[in-house]
Amino acid sequence: MREFLFYFFAALTVVPGLFVAISRNPVNAAMNMILSFIGLAALFVMLESYFLAILQVLVYAGAIVVLFLFIIMLIDAERAPKSGWLTSLAAVAALALMVTGLLTLLYSGESGTFAVAGETAPAALSQTFGVELFTRYLLPFQVTGFMLLMAMVGVIVISRKDAAEDKGGEA
Amino acid sequence: MIALESYILVAGLLFAIGAFGVLLRRNTLILFMCLELMLSASILGLIAFSRYNATAEVAMMSGNLLVLFIIAIAACEVAVGLAIIVTLWRRQQTVDVSELTALKN
Repeated sequence: MREFLFYFFAALTVVPGLFVAISRNPVNAAMNMILSFIGLAALFVMLESYFLAILQVLVYAGAIVVLFLFIIMLIDAERAPKSGWLTSLAAVAALALMVTGLLTLLYSGESGTFAVAGETAPAALSQTFGVELFTRYLLPFQVTGFMLLMAMVGVIVISRKDAAEDKGGEA
Repeated sequence: MIALESYILVAGLLFAIGAFGVLLRRNTLILFMCLELMLSASILGLIAFSRYNATAEVAMMSGNLLVLFIIAIAACEVAVGLAIIVTLWRRQQTVDVSELTALKN
Protein backbone atom coordinates (compact mmCIF):
# COMPACT_ATOMS: atom_id res chain seq x y z
CA MET A 1 0.00 0.00 0.00
CA ARG A 2 2.75 2.41 0.99
CA GLU A 3 4.71 1.59 -2.14
CA PHE A 4 1.66 2.14 -4.32
CA LEU A 5 0.99 5.51 -2.68
CA PHE A 6 4.62 6.52 -3.14
CA TYR A 7 4.60 5.66 -6.84
CA PHE A 8 1.27 7.43 -7.32
CA PHE A 9 2.43 10.65 -5.68
CA ALA A 10 5.85 10.49 -7.32
CA ALA A 11 4.09 10.31 -10.70
CA LEU A 12 1.77 13.13 -9.60
CA THR A 13 4.86 15.23 -8.89
CA VAL A 14 6.99 14.43 -11.92
CA VAL A 15 4.45 14.20 -14.78
CA PRO A 16 2.78 17.62 -14.23
CA GLY A 17 6.30 18.99 -13.72
CA LEU A 18 7.13 17.81 -17.21
CA PHE A 19 3.96 19.47 -18.50
CA VAL A 20 5.06 22.74 -16.85
CA ALA A 21 8.30 22.51 -18.78
CA ILE A 22 6.79 21.69 -22.17
CA SER A 23 3.56 23.74 -22.18
CA ARG A 24 3.59 26.97 -24.16
CA ASN A 25 0.55 28.46 -22.47
CA PRO A 26 1.47 30.05 -19.09
CA VAL A 27 -1.97 29.34 -17.58
CA ASN A 28 -1.64 25.62 -18.35
CA ALA A 29 1.82 25.68 -16.83
CA ALA A 30 0.51 27.30 -13.64
CA MET A 31 -2.30 24.75 -13.31
CA ASN A 32 0.15 21.87 -13.77
CA MET A 33 2.40 23.50 -11.19
CA ILE A 34 -0.45 23.31 -8.63
CA LEU A 35 -0.79 19.56 -9.30
CA SER A 36 2.95 19.05 -9.00
CA PHE A 37 3.09 20.92 -5.69
CA ILE A 38 0.17 18.90 -4.30
CA GLY A 39 2.02 15.68 -5.18
CA LEU A 40 5.12 17.10 -3.50
CA ALA A 41 3.11 17.90 -0.35
CA ALA A 42 1.85 14.30 -0.31
CA LEU A 43 5.46 13.11 -0.48
CA PHE A 44 6.24 15.36 2.50
CA VAL A 45 3.39 13.63 4.39
CA MET A 46 4.96 10.26 3.54
CA LEU A 47 8.22 11.60 5.01
CA GLU A 48 6.25 12.50 8.17
CA SER A 49 6.72 16.25 7.81
CA TYR A 50 3.06 17.12 8.23
CA PHE A 51 3.54 20.76 9.06
CA LEU A 52 5.73 21.38 6.02
CA ALA A 53 3.21 19.58 3.81
CA ILE A 54 0.49 21.99 4.91
CA LEU A 55 2.88 24.89 4.45
CA GLN A 56 3.77 23.68 0.96
CA VAL A 57 0.11 23.65 -0.07
CA LEU A 58 -0.60 27.01 1.55
CA VAL A 59 2.46 28.92 0.37
CA TYR A 60 3.35 27.28 -2.94
CA ALA A 61 0.10 25.89 -4.34
CA GLY A 62 -1.83 28.75 -2.76
CA ALA A 63 0.00 32.04 -2.62
CA ILE A 64 2.75 31.63 -5.20
CA VAL A 65 0.62 30.09 -7.97
CA VAL A 66 -2.10 32.70 -7.41
CA LEU A 67 0.57 35.38 -7.71
CA PHE A 68 1.74 33.79 -10.96
CA LEU A 69 -1.82 33.66 -12.33
CA PHE A 70 -2.38 37.27 -11.32
CA ILE A 71 0.72 38.39 -13.22
CA ILE A 72 -0.28 36.25 -16.25
CA MET A 73 -3.66 38.00 -16.34
CA LEU A 74 -2.01 41.39 -15.82
CA ILE A 75 0.51 41.29 -18.63
CA ASP A 76 -1.67 39.30 -21.03
CA ALA A 77 1.15 37.86 -23.10
CA GLU A 78 0.33 36.00 -26.26
CA ARG A 79 1.35 32.38 -26.78
CA ALA A 80 5.07 32.16 -27.03
CA PRO A 81 6.43 31.02 -30.40
CA LYS A 82 7.88 27.55 -30.70
CA SER A 83 11.48 27.15 -29.67
CA GLY A 84 13.93 26.45 -32.47
CA TRP A 85 14.79 22.82 -33.11
CA LEU A 86 18.39 23.39 -32.04
CA THR A 87 17.24 24.77 -28.67
CA SER A 88 14.85 21.85 -28.20
CA LEU A 89 17.54 19.34 -29.12
CA ALA A 90 20.02 20.92 -26.70
CA ALA A 91 17.44 20.97 -23.90
CA VAL A 92 16.47 17.31 -24.46
CA ALA A 93 20.15 16.35 -24.56
CA ALA A 94 20.75 18.21 -21.29
CA LEU A 95 17.76 16.44 -19.70
CA ALA A 96 19.01 13.04 -20.87
CA LEU A 97 22.48 13.79 -19.52
CA MET A 98 21.15 14.88 -16.15
CA VAL A 99 18.88 11.84 -15.79
CA THR A 100 21.69 9.49 -16.81
CA GLY A 101 24.01 11.12 -14.30
CA LEU A 102 21.38 10.85 -11.59
CA LEU A 103 20.71 7.16 -12.27
CA THR A 104 24.42 6.41 -12.35
CA LEU A 105 24.98 8.23 -9.09
CA LEU A 106 22.12 6.44 -7.36
CA TYR A 107 22.31 2.88 -8.67
CA SER A 108 25.90 2.18 -9.66
CA GLY A 109 26.80 1.45 -6.05
CA GLU A 110 29.69 3.91 -6.12
CA SER A 111 28.06 6.23 -3.60
CA GLY A 112 27.97 3.60 -0.87
CA THR A 113 24.96 2.47 1.10
CA PHE A 114 22.09 4.79 1.83
CA ALA A 115 20.73 5.59 5.26
CA VAL A 116 17.86 3.56 6.63
CA ALA A 117 14.99 5.28 8.39
CA GLY A 118 14.83 5.08 12.15
CA GLU A 119 11.67 3.76 13.70
CA THR A 120 11.10 6.82 15.88
CA ALA A 121 8.42 9.09 14.57
CA PRO A 122 9.98 12.55 14.25
CA ALA A 123 8.51 15.39 16.21
CA ALA A 124 7.40 17.49 13.25
CA LEU A 125 4.26 18.81 14.90
CA SER A 126 3.52 22.47 14.62
CA GLN A 127 3.86 22.83 18.40
CA THR A 128 7.48 21.67 18.38
CA PHE A 129 8.05 23.91 15.39
CA GLY A 130 6.79 26.92 17.29
CA VAL A 131 8.83 26.17 20.41
CA GLU A 132 12.04 25.63 18.44
CA LEU A 133 11.40 28.69 16.30
CA PHE A 134 11.04 31.02 19.27
CA THR A 135 13.88 29.60 21.37
CA ARG A 136 16.85 28.14 19.49
CA TYR A 137 16.13 29.66 16.10
CA LEU A 138 14.91 33.07 17.24
CA LEU A 139 17.61 35.05 15.44
CA PRO A 140 17.19 33.36 12.03
CA PHE A 141 13.45 33.74 12.47
CA GLN A 142 13.74 37.49 12.98
CA VAL A 143 16.22 37.80 10.13
CA THR A 144 13.68 36.01 7.89
CA GLY A 145 10.98 38.43 8.98
CA PHE A 146 13.25 41.34 8.14
CA MET A 147 14.01 39.72 4.81
CA LEU A 148 10.29 39.57 4.01
CA LEU A 149 10.01 43.26 4.86
CA MET A 150 12.95 44.07 2.60
CA ALA A 151 11.40 42.06 -0.24
CA MET A 152 8.14 43.96 0.20
CA VAL A 153 9.87 47.34 0.06
CA GLY A 154 11.95 46.19 -2.90
CA VAL A 155 8.87 45.06 -4.82
CA ILE A 156 7.17 48.40 -4.24
CA VAL A 157 10.28 50.30 -5.38
CA ILE A 158 10.74 48.13 -8.48
CA SER A 159 7.15 48.24 -9.66
CA ARG A 160 6.45 51.93 -9.02
CA LYS A 161 5.12 53.45 -12.19
CA ASP A 162 6.89 56.83 -12.13
CA ALA A 163 10.22 55.18 -11.32
CA ALA A 164 9.99 53.26 -14.58
CA GLU A 165 9.24 56.41 -16.54
CA ASP A 166 11.67 58.79 -14.80
CA LYS A 167 14.65 56.68 -15.75
CA GLY A 168 13.28 56.44 -19.28
CA GLY A 169 15.55 53.50 -19.97
CA GLU A 170 14.39 52.49 -23.43
CA ALA A 171 17.24 50.13 -24.10
CA MET B 1 9.38 1.81 4.18
CA ILE B 2 10.38 3.40 0.89
CA ALA B 3 14.12 3.53 0.40
CA LEU B 4 15.93 6.85 0.55
CA GLU B 5 17.16 6.59 -3.02
CA SER B 6 13.59 6.58 -4.34
CA TYR B 7 12.97 10.01 -2.84
CA ILE B 8 16.32 11.26 -4.12
CA LEU B 9 15.39 9.92 -7.56
CA VAL B 10 12.09 11.84 -7.54
CA ALA B 11 13.81 15.02 -6.33
CA GLY B 12 16.54 14.67 -8.95
CA LEU B 13 14.04 14.02 -11.74
CA LEU B 14 12.03 17.09 -10.76
CA PHE B 15 15.20 19.18 -10.65
CA ALA B 16 16.29 17.89 -14.07
CA ILE B 17 12.84 18.67 -15.51
CA GLY B 18 13.04 22.19 -14.10
CA ALA B 19 16.46 22.74 -15.67
CA PHE B 20 15.13 21.28 -18.93
CA GLY B 21 12.28 23.81 -18.90
CA VAL B 22 14.66 26.67 -18.19
CA LEU B 23 16.72 25.67 -21.23
CA LEU B 24 13.73 24.99 -23.49
CA ARG B 25 11.24 27.77 -22.87
CA ARG B 26 11.52 31.42 -23.88
CA ASN B 27 8.62 32.88 -21.91
CA THR B 28 10.03 34.46 -18.73
CA LEU B 29 6.96 33.43 -16.70
CA ILE B 30 7.32 29.74 -17.54
CA LEU B 31 11.07 30.03 -16.98
CA PHE B 32 10.34 31.34 -13.52
CA MET B 33 7.87 28.53 -12.83
CA CYS B 34 10.54 26.00 -13.79
CA LEU B 35 12.91 27.71 -11.34
CA GLU B 36 10.27 27.21 -8.64
CA LEU B 37 10.08 23.52 -9.56
CA MET B 38 13.85 23.21 -9.12
CA LEU B 39 13.66 24.90 -5.72
CA SER B 40 10.87 22.57 -4.56
CA ALA B 41 12.86 19.57 -5.77
CA SER B 42 15.79 20.64 -3.59
CA ILE B 43 13.39 21.03 -0.65
CA LEU B 44 12.18 17.46 -1.18
CA GLY B 45 15.77 16.22 -1.14
CA LEU B 46 16.47 18.10 2.07
CA ILE B 47 13.39 16.73 3.83
CA ALA B 48 14.18 13.18 2.69
CA PHE B 49 17.74 13.37 4.00
CA SER B 50 16.65 14.91 7.29
CA ARG B 51 13.98 12.21 7.77
CA TYR B 52 16.42 9.39 7.11
CA ASN B 53 19.02 10.83 9.47
CA ALA B 54 16.56 11.33 12.32
CA THR B 55 17.23 9.59 15.60
CA ALA B 56 15.29 9.52 18.85
CA GLU B 57 17.31 12.46 20.22
CA VAL B 58 17.51 14.59 17.09
CA ALA B 59 14.03 14.22 15.65
CA MET B 60 14.81 15.90 12.31
CA MET B 61 13.94 19.32 13.67
CA SER B 62 16.84 21.31 12.20
CA GLY B 63 16.35 20.04 8.66
CA ASN B 64 12.66 20.88 8.75
CA LEU B 65 13.30 24.31 10.20
CA LEU B 66 15.78 24.99 7.41
CA VAL B 67 13.02 24.11 4.94
CA LEU B 68 10.72 26.56 6.70
CA PHE B 69 13.26 29.34 6.16
CA ILE B 70 13.80 28.27 2.54
CA ILE B 71 10.06 28.53 1.88
CA ALA B 72 10.04 32.05 3.33
CA ILE B 73 13.00 33.07 1.15
CA ALA B 74 11.30 31.48 -1.88
CA ALA B 75 8.23 33.63 -1.28
CA CYS B 76 10.47 36.74 -1.24
CA GLU B 77 12.18 35.59 -4.42
CA VAL B 78 8.90 35.05 -6.28
CA ALA B 79 7.60 38.47 -5.28
CA VAL B 80 10.76 40.27 -6.42
CA GLY B 81 11.06 38.22 -9.62
CA LEU B 82 7.47 38.83 -10.65
CA ALA B 83 7.87 42.56 -9.96
CA ILE B 84 10.90 42.56 -12.27
CA ILE B 85 8.88 40.72 -14.96
CA VAL B 86 6.05 43.26 -14.69
CA THR B 87 8.51 46.17 -14.98
CA LEU B 88 10.10 44.48 -17.98
CA TRP B 89 6.69 44.10 -19.62
CA ARG B 90 5.88 47.75 -18.96
CA ARG B 91 9.07 48.95 -20.57
CA GLN B 92 9.53 46.59 -23.49
CA GLN B 93 6.10 44.94 -24.00
CA THR B 94 7.64 41.49 -24.20
CA VAL B 95 8.26 38.46 -22.00
CA ASP B 96 10.32 36.62 -24.60
CA VAL B 97 13.89 36.16 -23.39
CA SER B 98 15.25 35.98 -26.94
CA GLU B 99 14.10 39.56 -27.53
CA LEU B 100 15.78 40.91 -24.39
CA THR B 101 19.16 41.70 -25.89
CA ALA B 102 19.87 45.09 -24.27
CA LEU B 103 23.08 43.81 -22.69
CA LYS B 104 24.36 42.15 -25.87
CA ASN B 105 27.56 43.64 -27.36
